[in-house]
Amino acid sequence: MPSITMNRIRNKKPTDLLFDVTIVAICILMFFIVAYPLYFIVIASISDPTYVSTGKVLFLPKGFSLFGYEQIFGDSRVWIGYRNTLFYALFGTLINLLLTLPAAYVLSRHEFKARRFLMFFFIFTMFFNGGLIPTYMLMRDLSLLDTPWVFIFNPLTVNVFNLIITRTFFENNIPHEMFEAATMDGCSHFKFFSTIVLPLSKAVTAVIGLYYLVWHWNDFFTGLIYIRDYNLQPLQIVLRDILLSNQVFAEGAGSGGTGGGYAQRYADQVKYGVIIVSSLPVLVLYPFIQKYFEKGVLIGSVKG
Amino acid sequence: MALIQGTNTETLPKAKKATVINTLKRDYQLWLMILPAIICVIIFNYIPMYGIQLAFREYDFTAGLTGGDWAGFKYFAQFINSHLFWDLIRNTLLISITTIVVGFPAPIALALLVNQIRWKRGKRILQTTVYLPHFISIVVLVGLLNVMLSPNTGVLGLLLAKLGVEGNLLASVNAFVPIYVLSDVWQHVGWNSIIYLAALAAVDPQLYDAAKIDGANKWQIIRNVEIPAIIPTIIILLILNMGTVISTGFEKIFLMQNSLNLPISEVIETYVYKTGIVSNQFSYAAAIGLFNTFINFMMLVIVNTIAKKVARISLW
Repeated sequence: MPSITMNRIRNKKPTDLLFDVTIVAICILMFFIVAYPLYFIVIASISDPTYVSTGKVLFLPKGFSLFGYEQIFGDSRVWIGYRNTLFYALFGTLINLLLTLPAAYVLSRHEFKARRFLMFFFIFTMFFNGGLIPTYMLMRDLSLLDTPWVFIFNPLTVNVFNLIITRTFFENNIPHEMFEAATMDGCSHFKFFSTIVLPLSKAVTAVIGLYYLVWHWNDFFTGLIYIRDYNLQPLQIVLRDILLSNQVFAEGAGSGGTGGGYAQRYADQVKYGVIIVSSLPVLVLYPFIQKYFEKGVLIGSVKG
Repeated sequence: MALIQGTNTETLPKAKKATVINTLKRDYQLWLMILPAIICVIIFNYIPMYGIQLAFREYDFTAGLTGGDWAGFKYFAQFINSHLFWDLIRNTLLISITTIVVGFPAPIALALLVNQIRWKRGKRILQTTVYLPHFISIVVLVGLLNVMLSPNTGVLGLLLAKLGVEGNLLASVNAFVPIYVLSDVWQHVGWNSIIYLAALAAVDPQLYDAAKIDGANKWQIIRNVEIPAIIPTIIILLILNMGTVISTGFEKIFLMQNSLNLPISEVIETYVYKTGIVSNQFSYAAAIGLFNTFINFMMLVIVNTIAKKVARISLW
């Protein structure tokens, strides 16, 4: 389209040039503000803690040291947390998907009469909930406190946002004629869903599966409220103890005290390391699954 | 509307009953497929709502969720008369309103900015980077703030000390809200901009051409073409955010709390946790928690009403 290109060049004003330069400058600044802290953790975790604490490690690692990682790998709390979270996340996501996918399929069927009412039934829980105490009392009455089940069955087991994404996907991607053709051949809803809908919906299953997985991985609330037994605690609670409650070393040292600055410096290196170790699964997967994450938002936004 | 339709199917006159049974027969498979999700939501979302009555009753260990004898508004009165009442309300409102005022426009600005980039690869790199912090956990984020802002050893703490900002920011009453809100923007601005970028991508190209023919510069195009195009998205998201802002901050506020910043960082939800889960005063804590629900609901209604009047967009 030569005419449009011509117009674009002819209309290039001096203010637009200034505008472009400003845009580029802000973008570069944005990039560094977001990227630098993440980069800093990585270099701080492998540098000599003395340099880090005096502000000498800024752009490149200095005085290579793996003391932090050695501590972390020798700490049984981290491994128990890792094992627990892995189990809760995998099993929990499986249950989430088993409940969400069929429900979303039903809500996408236009001939289903109770559809509108049930949609309201689910969406209502997004804006109104019983609150912390009644939910806690319910878990206690169900004897779910201090059991792994509370990580799997809780008010977020059916996430309404994910339900809407999936329903919208089914509505837009499963042609209505397909079901009619299938029923002609005597196909039931069960069979249609499992042999035709699911294989066509790998993308949306991946999207909401990953949302659920990351949610479970980062879930700190459930462990804080419902779990007292340390052997059941997820990774995020162990992380809290190391990062924020300053229980850096399993033996209880490193909380400042008489050790003073020396212990504090080494404690900080353990902290940088543990941030990396705990976020590693998400960070390693991130570049590969980022497009799926983004797709989820886009599918969800189609219908407001 | 939806509610009325739902109840109608159950109270239909006898003559039509056959069709109801027929529909049920036809749809029984669909009902079976959605039933597990319905049961799960009833148990874990609706039963706690029923349990709100605990706030109006005396907590009784044997009675469980719904509590023992009626206590009326005793616990509400106790909370309103407690010396913490106004502090908690003020802190809760201050933190949520600041989060909305600063955190809500930020992704809109970012989306308009990213939308200007013509260099595809650079755009991709910037997007990938700014989305990333959304996926780190709250514990890691607060841990990161702690190590980086530490006054003697943290990289940001040392930098701020050079700029003349003295003292430990993490233990400061004045710095709590700025740190909370800015780190929130840092973590979520990229992710929240995706939806606006999608809205911007849907702007009719003819509008751009028309604006250019009229001699508009880039800034004028943003103001008169792009922003009006995403106004409906902005309003819907504003309403949605209003309804959830108060209930989303608990974990982060709780983790950022320490004895020195407590005068500003104690909000309703953290206080509910302490009185209820930690000190076992269940009825009192449930009553306090209801104030949170109430404020939440009021904010939603106010914004929805304004949006309805001004832009004729509303949730209901």
